Amino acid sequence: MSAVRIAGGQGFYGDAPGPIADLLTEKPDYVVLEALAELTLAILNKDRRRDETLGYTRDLPLYLMQTLPAVLEGKTKVITNAGGINPRAAAQMVTKAAERFGMRGFTVATVVGDDVLGQPDLLPSDFPSPESLAFANAYLGARPVVEALEQGADLVITGRVADAALFLAPLVHEHGWAWDDWDKLASGMLVGHLLECSGQVTGGNHAGRWWEVPEPWRFGFPLADVAADGSATIFKPEVSGGRVDYDTVRQQLLYEVHDPSAYLTPDVVVDMTTLHFDDLGDDRVRVSGVTGKPATDTYKLVGAVEEGYASDLSIAFGWPDAPAKARAAADIARKRIAEAGLALDEWHTELFGVNALHGPAVNLDEVGQPSEVVLRMAWRGADRDAVDQVPRHVIPLGLSAPPSGFSSAGRGRPKSSALMRIHTALIDKAAVDQGVRVHVEKI
Amino acid sequence: MARVKLAEIAFARSGDKGDRSDLGVFAPAGPYVEQVYEVLKAEVTADRVKELFGEFVLGEVTRYEVDNIHALKFVMEQALGGGGPRSLRADNLGKAFGGAVQRLEIEVPDELLAALGPRPQPAPDPYATSTWVTR
Repeated sequence: MSAVRIAGGQGFYGDAPGPIADLLTEKPDYVVLEALAELTLAILNKDRRRDETLGYTRDLPLYLMQTLPAVLEGKTKVITNAGGINPRAAAQMVTKAAERFGMRGFTVATVVGDDVLGQPDLLPSDFPSPESLAFANAYLGARPVVEALEQGADLVITGRVADAALFLAPLVHEHGWAWDDWDKLASGMLVGHLLECSGQVTGGNHAGRWWEVPEPWRFGFPLADVAADGSATIFKPEVSGGRVDYDTVRQQLLYEVHDPSAYLTPDVVVDMTTLHFDDLGDDRVRVSGVTGKPATDTYKLVGAVEEGYASDLSIAFGWPDAPAKARAAADIARKRIAEAGLALDEWHTELFGVNALHGPAVNLDEVGQPSEVVLRMAWRGADRDAVDQVPRHVIPLGLSAPPSGFSSAGRGRPKSSALMRIHTALIDKAAVDQGVRVHVEKI
Repeated sequence: MARVKLAEIAFARSGDKGDRSDLGVFAPAGPYVEQVYEVLKAEVTADRVKELFGEFVLGEVTRYEVDNIHALKFVMEQALGGGGPRSLRADNLGKAFGGAVQRLEIEVPDELLAALGPRPQPAPDPYATSTWVTR
C-alpha cells in the first residue's frame, strides 16, 4: 500500500464546513471530522434528554452534505465522532436523509459503548454519582473504527473515540499495522494529533508571525500522506490559504499535551521526543522517527457535574482615569449586592484594557493611562434566583456611579447559565470493551 | 546581557484540559534557533513561570524540555479557576496564557539580541492594503 492520504476536516463542534471543499480537491482517501471537545457531550446529553432522536452534533448534516457526494462516488470515506452521545440517532438521520434524496450504495457504521453513564456499574467508586453526572464517557481507541472499516463502512459515526484515534484507524486498516507495533501506532496517533484541531496546524492561532499567514479568509485545513513505515508529510490544499511550516506544526504538536515523552492515548503511549520534523518548504513538513510504548490497560473517563450558576455583566469606562472609575464601580456594585443580602458563593471582577486576560502576569506600572477599559463582573451562586437578581442591583450604576460609557446591561438583562466541574478518572479497558458494539448498515 | 521580555525572542501557545493549563514555548525557526533554545532552557524555569502567573495558578508548574523541537512545555495545575466550564474568568480556557508567559523578563546575551534584530511586529492593520489574494 502506498501512502494513505488523510484530511482533518473539523476541529470542534461549530467549526467551519467550508474548507472541506478545498480538502476534497486533494483527493483524500479519508476525511476525519473531529467534533467533540471536553464538554461537548454535556450539551449533547441535554439535547438527547429533551429528544431521543438528538444527541449528535447538529452541524453533522452540513458536513455530510459537503462530503457524501465524494463518498457516493467511492472517492473518499468519512470517519467522525460527531455521533456524540447518540451515534445511532446520527445514523438514523443519515438513513432518512439518504432515503429522501435517493442516495444509496454506501455503508454506514456506528460505534457505541463509550457512554459509561448508560452502564453505571462501570463508574469508579470515587467518581460522582450517576444521578449527578451530566455525562460520563470513556475515550475509546481506534479498534472499533478499524472493525467498522473492515466490514466495508464508508461512513463511520462514533461517540467519544479519542480525537487522534479517529485518524489512526484508517492507517491501521490500510497499512495492516499490528496492534503491538508500537512505533507505527504511535506514528499514526501522532499524525492524528497534528490534524485533529483543523486550522491550528495550518497557521491558525499562530503565536509567531501570524500576520504572514497567507489568505486567512480562506483557511486551508490539513492533510497528511502517511507511509506504511509511519512517516508522514503534513500539508494543506494547494488552492487554500494558511501555512504549514516548522513553527505551525510544532505548536500543534505540543498543544494540550502533558509529558511529551509519554502522551497517553487509548492505543499506544506516544513518545514525541524522538521525532524529527523536516520543513520541506512549499507548506510541507515531513515527520519521522516517532516511537511508542505499550498501551496501558485503562481508558480515560471524563464526566461533568453541575456546580452552581453564573452570570456576568460588563461596563466600559473612558479616559481620564478609566481603571480607577472601573474599580470604584466594581466596589460600589459589590457593596450594593452585599446590602441586598443576595447569597452568592463567588464574585469576580476583571478589567479589559488592564489585565483581564493576563492577570498577575501584567506589571501594572507598565499599563499607564489606557484610553478606555471594560469592567467585567461575574458571579456564581448555588441559588439561581439570587444569581439572576444581581443585575437589578448593578444596572442603577448607570446613573449612580462614576461616569461610564457602554454597559452590556443596557442590552437586556444577562441570562444565568449552569457551571460544570469536569471529573476525570481511569477506567478498566476490558470492562468497557465488553459493551463496545459496531453496527454496520448498507444503504 | 540585556534584560528583555520573553516575547523578544520566543512565542508560545496555550491549551487546556479541565483545570490544567499547558504552555508550549518555542524558539522560532531560523539560523539562531539553537542559541535561543539554550537561553529559554536557562531562563524560563518552572519556578519563574509559577511566580509570573501568581494567583492565577494555584497548583504546581512542571517543565518538560523537548530538545528535538527546540521547545519547552509547561503544565500548570489548578490554573483555570476550577476548569473552563466552572471558571468565572472571561478567558476561561486560558487561551491568552501563551501571550501572558511572553511577558516574563529574561536575560539574553547582547550578541544574540543584536543578531536576532528587533522583534518582528505586524502592521497596525495587517490586511488593510491586501489584495485578498496574497499567495
